[in-house]
Amino acid sequence: MKPKKLSFALQLIFSLCVCGFLIIPVVMSALAGLTVNYFVGLESGLTLRWIVEVWHAYGDTISRSIGISLACLVVTLVLGVPAAYVLARRSNRITRAFEELLMLPIAVPGLATALALVSVYGSVGEFRGSWTFILVGHVLFTLPFMVRAVLAVMLTLNLKTLEEGAASLGASHWQRFAHVVLPNCRHGIVAGALMVLTLSIGEFNLTWLLHTPYTKTLPVGLADAYASMRLEVGSAYTLIFFVIIVPLLVATQALAKPRTRKFIDKAPATPGLALVKS
Amino acid sequence: MTTSSYQAISIELRHCAKTFPDGTRVLHDLDLEIYPGETLVLLGPSGCGKTTTLRLIAGLETPDTGGQVLFNGQDVTALDIAKRNVGMVFQSYALFPNMTVAENVGYGLRIQKLPADQQKQRVGEMLEMMRLTKLANRHIDQLSGGQRQRVALARAIATRPRVLLLDEPLTALDAQLRDSLRVEINLLLRQLGITAVYVTHDQSEAMALGDRIVVMAEGRISQIGTPRQIYHQPKNDFVADFIGTMNRVQGNISLRRFTCPAGSLAVQADDKEQAELMFRPEDVRVSTELHDDGLQGNVSASFYLGDRTRLLVDIGQERHIVVESAARCELQPGQRVVMNLGNQAALVA
Repeated sequence: MKPKKLSFALQLIFSLCVCGFLIIPVVMSALAGLTVNYFVGLESGLTLRWIVEVWHAYGDTISRSIGISLACLVVTLVLGVPAAYVLARRSNRITRAFEELLMLPIAVPGLATALALVSVYGSVGEFRGSWTFILVGHVLFTLPFMVRAVLAVMLTLNLKTLEEGAASLGASHWQRFAHVVLPNCRHGIVAGALMVLTLSIGEFNLTWLLHTPYTKTLPVGLADAYASMRLEVGSAYTLIFFVIIVPLLVATQALAKPRTRKFIDKAPATPGLALVKS
Repeated sequence: MTTSSYQAISIELRHCAKTFPDGTRVLHDLDLEIYPGETLVLLGPSGCGKTTTLRLIAGLETPDTGGQVLFNGQDVTALDIAKRNVGMVFQSYALFPNMTVAENVGYGLRIQKLPADQQKQRVGEMLEMMRLTKLANRHIDQLSGGQRQRVALARAIATRPRVLLLDEPLTALDAQLRDSLRVEINLLLRQLGITAVYVTHDQSEAMALGDRIVVMAEGRISQIGTPRQIYHQPKNDFVADFIGTMNRVQGNISLRRFTCPAGSLAVQADDKEQAELMFRPEDVRVSTELHDDGLQGNVSASFYLGDRTRLLVDIGQERHIVVESAARCELQPGQRVVMNLGNQAALVA
């Protein structure tokens, strides 16, 4: 069986090369954030100095980013879940057109969306200067991901009959939605929430134009740090970003699987995942 | 569970027509009375309007203007399904995947805000009655088709509804399971004494379950009657052909004898120039001793079905006569036979 062993070895080497290609920059970047002088190398020693520096200079951007992404999640849940419900229950020309329309902020470059917002609301001083201005941009951009994720799950359920079943047992509109529709769509809602949180925290295109010096978010601050400060500071910033986002992702994912159920396995992969940020 | 827990109400549909938004008329001005405690079966091919009729009774559809649905004489037309107090079993069962068996069965009671201990007790009774106690904490996707069916039934009757509505509840199951569940549903309906409306396209299901059967075609009622009436006295060709097999022979009647090229036999009907004789396959007596009384023909095919033998007999007309005879019948294709009918077995049109 020599040829088989050889082909396995070749595949393994190839896989390791690809992994190395992708992982080494991450490790190097993390190390850069912990090295006293990156140009001298590791022999210059390890330090937490850069991390502390970032925390002092950009601490507010971190909490702001988390705050905006959570607010964005709340808004997309409140708007997106009912929207998906309507799209699932009433499939006609108008709802289909609405669905297409909803996807536009993903297709249109973030820069264009941001320019439109700035040109219209730029003169509304308080709004322009507040974090809610960024929130509007983030909601525009992330809402389709929430709607798509929830809609995908809703379409696999026979919502109409399920609701009729609940209605025949005396359940009101609200009770049907709360007891039957929402719990059965939980998987889609969690998938959508995950997308929205990560997209919002990492959003740069829109935010770059929408922010003011007082409403910098984490990615904007990161760009700032790389552009104007030592490489070590920028790398330390990346490290902090990484430390924040990973537990957030793990926590949200954990919510999705208290029980493994067959009907959920059948749900198609979230279409939103195939879309790449513009 | 006592029978008295369930009320038996009458249902009346008055001038119920239904036109869908796209203009399709699925029901034409239908009048129907369902007696308290009876099981009424709506039977017909797909698209005949039977499910729409059921949904009108349920309150999932509203009739066109002028139509009325009455429960015990009280007009419920404008009442939403949630307020009609009906139990419904859906073709796809519509069980809630996010709830366990017990939670599904108890959902209606939870909505009714029944005290927790009573909820628990009633759910327990229902599970026991439907032999589901061991499955109480299972999730719906861990159940077989037959078990799901029983959960759907238990859920529908747990709230002690005024009416039980069943929309093709056995269609999704395989034949053997269908037979045993049909018996089970039959027993349950008798035991509860509840007014029930059962929709099916399966005639044997209709025969087995219905106190009365409503045969529907193209949005209209073709015939209402007991299973016997529907089978033995079909009102029109559609009913005759939809339920079971009907043989038809063209000829004339004079002096209480039906005559055709294949022979003649006695009938209880008045003289008629052009008459059609109709009879069921199982009402035919076949004999190889040829004589003048009866219709003669050649066996063209013989199908051994285990419990009986089905023969096709060529009497010189386009459609061969279908005959059900005893399993041990040894007739072979090509043999000449004479066929006679039992008393009252022949229908004349």
